[in-house]
Amino acid sequence: MKPVVVALAAALLFASGAGGVAPPAVDQALVDGDTMPPKLSAFGLFAGNDPARPIASFAYTLNTPLFSDYAEKHRFVSIPAGKKAEVADDGTIAFPVGTVIVKSFGWHDRNGGRPVETRLLIHRAKGWVALPYIWDADGKDASLAIAGRRVPVSFESPGGGAHSIQYGVPNKNQCKECHSRAGAIVPIGPKARNLVLPATMSADAKRLWFDRPEALKPVMPRWDDPASGSLQDRARAYLDVNCAHCHNPEGSASNSGLFLRWTDPVNVNYGIGKRPTAAGRGSGGMDFAIAPGEPDRSFLIYRLESTEPGIAMPELGRSTVHKEGAALLRQWIAEMPKASH
Amino acid sequence: MRFQRLRQAATLCFVAAFVAVPAAAKTISVKAGTPDANEKLQEALILAEPGDTVELGAGVWKLTDGLSLDVDNVTVRGAGTKDGAGSILDFSGQQGAGEGLLVTSDDVFLTNFAVLNTKGDGIKSKGANRIVYHQLRVEWTAGPKETNGAYGVYPVESSDVLIDSVYVRGASDAGIYVGQSKNIVVRESIATENVAGIEIENSFDADVHDNIAAKNTGGILVFDLPSLPQQGGHNVRVFENIVSDNSTPNFAPKGNIVASVPTGTGVLVMANRNVEVFGNVFDQNGTANVMIVGYRYDHKDPNYQPLPKAIVVRGNQHGKAGYAPAFDGGAQIAAAMGGAIPPVLWDGAGDAIVLDEVGVLSLNLPDVKTPRDQAKPTPVTLKGTPPAALPEIKLPASMEAKVQ
Repeated sequence: MKPVVVALAAALLFASGAGGVAPPAVDQALVDGDTMPPKLSAFGLFAGNDPARPIASFAYTLNTPLFSDYAEKHRFVSIPAGKKAEVADDGTIAFPVGTVIVKSFGWHDRNGGRPVETRLLIHRAKGWVALPYIWDADGKDASLAIAGRRVPVSFESPGGGAHSIQYGVPNKNQCKECHSRAGAIVPIGPKARNLVLPATMSADAKRLWFDRPEALKPVMPRWDDPASGSLQDRARAYLDVNCAHCHNPEGSASNSGLFLRWTDPVNVNYGIGKRPTAAGRGSGGMDFAIAPGEPDRSFLIYRLESTEPGIAMPELGRSTVHKEGAALLRQWIAEMPKASH
Repeated sequence: MRFQRLRQAATLCFVAAFVAVPAAAKTISVKAGTPDANEKLQEALILAEPGDTVELGAGVWKLTDGLSLDVDNVTVRGAGTKDGAGSILDFSGQQGAGEGLLVTSDDVFLTNFAVLNTKGDGIKSKGANRIVYHQLRVEWTAGPKETNGAYGVYPVESSDVLIDSVYVRGASDAGIYVGQSKNIVVRESIATENVAGIEIENSFDADVHDNIAAKNTGGILVFDLPSLPQQGGHNVRVFENIVSDNSTPNFAPKGNIVASVPTGTGVLVMANRNVEVFGNVFDQNGTANVMIVGYRYDHKDPNYQPLPKAIVVRGNQHGKAGYAPAFDGGAQIAAAMGGAIPPVLWDGAGDAIVLDEVGVLSLNLPDVKTPRDQAKPTPVTLKGTPPAALPEIKLPASMEAKVQ
């Protein structure tokens, strides 16, 4: 009975508009438990369950984000009071148990910018759990879609192209395919080198949630801002964020031998003169992932510019071609000195 | 006394029942043909718990997205592989994912269903130890086409792999492909009209036996490639298979290593050590029944060993071979030799022992850096004393029990 009584009391207080209303709070017991609630509202991650009003420890953006069909993403982190995220020397961030990383996906010209889906990464005692929620038609709540779903979506991309796609909300396993390191789920995006905290966030607030906020140095350039880094560094940032979650020795594409992390050397295992391993028709009849100086003979480009399953890379989370990203990589490859044959 | 023993036995049975079948083990049945069949099946594969069986109803499943399983010790069982009666997973309308079914957990048993016309690979398992593929059909039903998916069944980076009674047709790379794995058995399966029928690549300890590899471009391939996390393929036995009429023109997308396999290849060993080819029945392989070669492409991997070493060919039956050698200059060599080259072809790199009483043609290219157009084809004999025979591959009893 107790929770019901509490909820009832809260509802009464809220309705009365009287002073002393308890501020909305994340249901930490639910976060820490082992259930998968059918409705997103159960977590209390948004005030009034309005996706525009997150109950956040802090919001963040990324210098170079993962491309997801031109979706605009709103990200925030909820860390339990009194706990801190630890920033390691290698730039990885260890979030404490009880953390929820929340990412909502939408398009500003679709449904007034309201999100289509909200994905949660929850750090529980047994490890991270990934849960996808799809917003209901009335926009009041979102429902667990453990098996994923395709949602018809129409929008215009920044370059002006009109798109109508069957947007793929990933299922729980697909979440793990990308968020996987040595078989366990891990966050991908928030790394010191790429994480950008709001300009308005105070030093005190940073110290509240990070043990070493001074170690958060976003050294990775913005893929689309030439002022932020060289062509090669921006290409490397793009490959790290869009590919390296699978293309690393502990990731889903470990068997390919193609490793595209920010820290990997640009050599044969980075695709330079690398023959296809298990690409099948993904090779597009070409000999090398990257043929220096020849983007049209580099099947890495061919796969990025395809939307066809069996050819397209990444395999998940993309139903449109990221023309601007592909153009960056084309330019990078075109400017490499041609290999002598 | 007797009663006491009976009671003991009964108690043991009781205990055994509880040990063998966890209380929670259950069967989740999913029906084909409903509008949300794709989502319901994926949901079952996610909500299954260790010990559970996901049962695929009979009928045609029209699937728009790849399926995946990440729970240990789950059985996926269909009603059969035949059109009309079986559980047919049809991916003709697939919109996403690199394969039809992806397994990433251990001790999984896949049995009695068909996977058709996937856009990428058919069934892939990665890091999935002790996986059993049994009585499955993976097929691209329009036959050989360059636009077909690469691999039919595709276990990779796994220890203990059993592929038993599987049928694969139409793969644009390899029908049955085992990559970067250890302790492998591929048996009693049929691979037809693929580029490569069966391929063991960058793998250790494999038995490939009692299979039929027919009408592929190449029947059975044992390969090792550079710049991969696991390389140095070794200890592979290819025995008692029927390898015949591998005459399908190569339809692999260019760039892939199998695109270089000449049409009419029976068994092809490239850059491995300790491979035994014995007791097979070869017939109608127009290039060669057995081919042994080095890896002759440029590579920049100092740890890679490009030569075939300690390859043994013995006790095979050789039907007609070598009458249409589909490599550069092959036709001229055949013409010079009276219309056909010998059934065993060696590029001259590394070392091999051939005890079969048939001719062996060497291309005399011991250095893999020498271009192929400098071949000096010469008949050779490669008799000698082979190294100690490789031991039989033993799989964990839990795996064999599943297919009994």
